[in-house]
Amino acid sequence: MTETTAPVAFPQSRTCPYQPPAAYDSLRSERPLTRITLFDGREAWLVSGHATARALLADPRLSSDRSRPGFPAPTRRFAGIKNRRTALLGVDDPEHHAQRRMVVGDFTLKRAVELRPRIQQIVDERLDAMIAQGPPADLVSAFALPVPSMVICALLGVPYADHDFFETQSRRLLRGPETADVEDARDRLEAYFGELIDRKQQDPGTGLLDDLVHRQLREGALDREGLTALALILLVAGHETTANMISLGTFTLLQHPERLAELRADPRLLPAAVEELMRMLSIADGLLRLAVEDIEVAGTTIRKGDGVVFATSVINRDETVYPEPDALDWSRSARHHVAFGFGIHQCLGQNLARAELEIALHTLFDRLPTLRLAAPAEEIPFKPGDTIQGMLELPVTW
Amino acid sequence: MHIDIDKDVCIGAGQCALTAPDVFTQDDDGYSALLPGQEDGGGSPLVREAARACPVSAITVSETVS
Repeated sequence: MTETTAPVAFPQSRTCPYQPPAAYDSLRSERPLTRITLFDGREAWLVSGHATARALLADPRLSSDRSRPGFPAPTRRFAGIKNRRTALLGVDDPEHHAQRRMVVGDFTLKRAVELRPRIQQIVDERLDAMIAQGPPADLVSAFALPVPSMVICALLGVPYADHDFFETQSRRLLRGPETADVEDARDRLEAYFGELIDRKQQDPGTGLLDDLVHRQLREGALDREGLTALALILLVAGHETTANMISLGTFTLLQHPERLAELRADPRLLPAAVEELMRMLSIADGLLRLAVEDIEVAGTTIRKGDGVVFATSVINRDETVYPEPDALDWSRSARHHVAFGFGIHQCLGQNLARAELEIALHTLFDRLPTLRLAAPAEEIPFKPGDTIQGMLELPVTW
Repeated sequence: MHIDIDKDVCIGAGQCALTAPDVFTQDDDGYSALLPGQEDGGGSPLVREAARACPVSAITVSETVS
């Protein structure tokens, strides 16, 4: 029967922002590997089993280097991008390891703990401002986006005054709609960082970028182009993803009042709740790789040159690892989810993201015990399937 | 219990310190390290969980023969 079924198209848009598209159900039943069709008709492997995903994400025979010929493209706009390399997440070892080494000291668990008071202050200030102006409010623009934007600016040493510019360009970089938008956004961000690096060379500050300018650039470990590429990915990945988790996490909690009540009654559940929300929401749904050698896995051969896609929303609902996977449950151990990825590219900012999510969600519901949606849930717009998942708007009242 | 950390492989994700904070920490460069006095895991049942959580399998846990 399955032989006559055409491969599932991937990616598809969700119909509920916190559930995988219904069309992905068949990917669950054909674990751990199945075939999918990308937007251009090309077929690729779709990894949907948890153990297989962990093994393959840690396998150096799968490349993340998007400049390689034949690297799979999830969207038309992505396919049109030529000759551009993305630092960290778009390069393989040893280049990746050298880049990660330069910045990892600023993203440790210890550093995230040190940043907590500053994160709390930012969260408090944004809520003060939102409460002073409302109700109602759009939680995305008033809270979910500015909080991680301000945190990553403080960490990197980027002036938050420029946030309209870099938030707009980040949105174009991730969502287009056309290749020209993506390339133009990237040009503008590179030019912005070029000027910022010039200023920092003359007038050093205390952020991570200042540190990179004065240590790595001066010592020759990084050239200007490399530093610009690194700064760009740290800023974009540092605010967009967390903003989506805050908005979608809030929406999901409001749609699960019993779970929210449990969390309010016992804030010690927060760390587990954040992991469970990460698992459930899997906002980076479709990690891409290219096989550079043949790989035997789960009784199948992935051939050199094949594209491999990891559907984190399906992997994180593998019922052999997470019983009743569609239920939000703070008491399960959501540990070992792959929402932050796995292998050498596992999210650099994960400790910071956890701290931000814990503080943002806890403080939001603590300050506004009557927080609720200000529009019917099914009418609130969220992001299409070909980008990081999250809410486009989140009208709330209290 | 013997715990071996391959610092050349470690990417500083911090999963070990998050999973078993009584045994693992991160040094100033971000790399995994054992807390002083915890080199044998201190009998923590979370050590194996921490090794499993490591995204790059940098941690090897073996039983020491007594």
